[in-house]
Amino acid sequence: MNPLILKDVTISLNGRVLLDISATVSPGETLTVMGESGSGKSSLLAYICGFLDRNFDASGDVYLGELNLTTLPSHQRHTGILFQDPLLFPHMSVGENLLFAVPASITGQERVEQAEAALLEAGLEGFFDRDPATLSGGQKARVALMRVLLSQPSALLLDEPFSKLDSGRRDRIRKFVFEEARRQNLPTLLVTHDEADAQAAEGKIVRLDDLSPSNG
Amino acid sequence: MLRLAPILAIAVLLGPVAFGILATVLPAFGFLPSLQGTEFTTRHFVELFEYPGLIRSVVLSLTTGLVTTGIAFAIVFVFVSGWYGSRTFARVQHIISPLLSVPHAAAAFGLAFLIAPSGFLFRLASPELTGSARPPDLLILNDPMGLTMIAGLVAKEIPFILLVCLAALPQTTARRSGQIAQAIGYGRMSGFAFTTWPLVYRQIRLAVFAVIAYATSVVDVAVILGPSSPPVLSVRLTQWMSDPDISLRFMASAGALLQLAITVTAILIWILAERVVGWYAKRLYLTGRRMSGDAWARWTGLVTVQAVAVIIFLGLGILALWSVAGFWAFPDNLPRGFTLSNWTRVLPSLSSSLSTTLTVGLVATLLAVVLTLACLEREARTHRTGGSRALWFLYLPLIVPQVSFVFGLQIFFLGIGADASWGALVFVHLVFVLPYVFLSLSDPWRAWDKRYASIAHGLGASPNRTFWNVRFPMLLKPALVASAVGFAVSVGQYLPTVLIGAGRWPTVTTEAVALASGGNRRIIGVFAFVQLLLPFIGFAMATLVPSYLFRNRNDMKATA
Repeated sequence: MNPLILKDVTISLNGRVLLDISATVSPGETLTVMGESGSGKSSLLAYICGFLDRNFDASGDVYLGELNLTTLPSHQRHTGILFQDPLLFPHMSVGENLLFAVPASITGQERVEQAEAALLEAGLEGFFDRDPATLSGGQKARVALMRVLLSQPSALLLDEPFSKLDSGRRDRIRKFVFEEARRQNLPTLLVTHDEADAQAAEGKIVRLDDLSPSNG
Repeated sequence: MLRLAPILAIAVLLGPVAFGILATVLPAFGFLPSLQGTEFTTRHFVELFEYPGLIRSVVLSLTTGLVTTGIAFAIVFVFVSGWYGSRTFARVQHIISPLLSVPHAAAAFGLAFLIAPSGFLFRLASPELTGSARPPDLLILNDPMGLTMIAGLVAKEIPFILLVCLAALPQTTARRSGQIAQAIGYGRMSGFAFTTWPLVYRQIRLAVFAVIAYATSVVDVAVILGPSSPPVLSVRLTQWMSDPDISLRFMASAGALLQLAITVTAILIWILAERVVGWYAKRLYLTGRRMSGDAWARWTGLVTVQAVAVIIFLGLGILALWSVAGFWAFPDNLPRGFTLSNWTRVLPSLSSSLSTTLTVGLVATLLAVVLTLACLEREARTHRTGGSRALWFLYLPLIVPQVSFVFGLQIFFLGIGADASWGALVFVHLVFVLPYVFLSLSDPWRAWDKRYASIAHGLGASPNRTFWNVRFPMLLKPALVASAVGFAVSVGQYLPTVLIGAGRWPTVTTEAVALASGGNRRIIGVFAFVQLLLPFIGFAMATLVPSYLFRNRNDMKATA
């Protein structure tokens, strides 16, 4: 795994600079970017993934090791992202959602085996044919995470993925996500406004209201 | 490929109108080499204006069109401002929506069968109320002032205007603005009219222009319900354009330009009325008058809209009844017996016109949907929309009267040797199907949560895979509904089918309208019923197919 490197990434809207950040996220580590809503923290993830709205002006480069992601179309960047909502594809079964993510280079029975293994890992054995709409919030969140991980991403981007979970589940899901990210040795970037998220991530923290962060 | 889609769409919308008008202007001024017209002359305009009863036709076209639009618009305004947001509104909306798919000709026949002197209502009333066992001697259908035609058009345009309002309303703050206005003492209607209506109207304005254009130049409804001596201008033009005496085509071209001028005049008069009403409304709300005593107006609006729905549905029921009626003498309320022989008798001509209707409709719809999806997908990938200019392009074929450019298009096709061909017929249908498909598909398509695409890309799915495996299936239902709308539009096309098909490609619609003068209610009933049935099947499929495919996917029902 390669580190995720942000080099002078600047995003502004209507002439107002929202953020200006340089950082390196090593494999297995999590960098947390904290800011209130409207601080542009989600637009940072959008820029890394390559779907930032045209209304924003952005500059700077995003590297994965030696590879400059900013020159690639978004589907070739392999930056797996989780949003506040699990956004499971509603027309597919749970299993089909996972199969959609398994790289095409993996063929035949191996695809289904990977998907089943992911369900087992998430404690959702036997959920393959289920309608995503029938799952609880926590179950959906776990499927969404397994879907990202199955796509063999090079980095994991988390856009407040725990904020809509009820407090009982939030801790467990949070723990599960960070454990999985570490186990797969992914450089992980979390944006949030929740201090507890930042604590759980156990990594460096950048605060957007303070534009001179002491990051590595 | 995708790059070409917007250009292709604009070509389909703009090209026929431009070429059609050009190919009308030239012969109108005497230039049509294939008919030895080589010199510039205004003679054909002189001929046109000297034609007996022409001025009356012109006046009829202008007045019936404006009166129709005015009445339909006023009814929708009163209903929406009086009831928007209520449960009653939602209920009526569900009754009215299906009416949009009813072809104009079928609705007109239904109305005719209902209110004619020998129609259903007089059968119910005779002899008990009328005191006679014979149909009264009244000129209800084809009345010289066009009142019945206005009634038929109003009934069909109310659902259209209502549905474009419904599409515009969510983009306003109607509910909150209305509540604020009511909280400071305004009536429900005046509160809505002052705060929300201007925003709604701005969005539906082009659609209202399309209604004016349609009502000033309609042919099929005018043939069925409109005055006959003289008829409205568009009906006369259609007669001249399909006359075996091809020298009439010069005068017909001049008439087509006159028709364009009538429609433009009607729209200008409407714009003038917009100004006057706007100025008056402003004066009114600056006085601070609350006008809260609006109950009578609200109830009138509600009753009228529901009455319109009842009348159309009743008329359609009577069409169906006639198609299987055996002996049905006046004043019996119902036929003495039922028979399928009406259907078997017309089966040969029905089946050939049905297959033309189906093939032309399906192919034109498919092309329109593919083109629309390509434009929308291109828009999603480049993040560029056509903006308000695109809306003008979409409405162009709907605002320029059909009779003013389709005839020119016929001359154009004649020039390139494609006249009366199946391909030309599909193409001309596409011109009218595309705007409706685009207008009904673009809103749900753009409202789709783009984060699904972000996720799919993050998972490594290419834009094409994202389209086919995620976006298209998730939006299958709106795509099918838009297809059903497009198919219904194609089925209902009368004038383009007659002119471009040159009588060689009869559809159920052209057959039904051609039967109007014959007055055989059983056969008309068969054709009009089939004409009605086709769009209905289309909409039923658009609902049933997604709910079958996604029967085990609960969240797909919410997006439906």
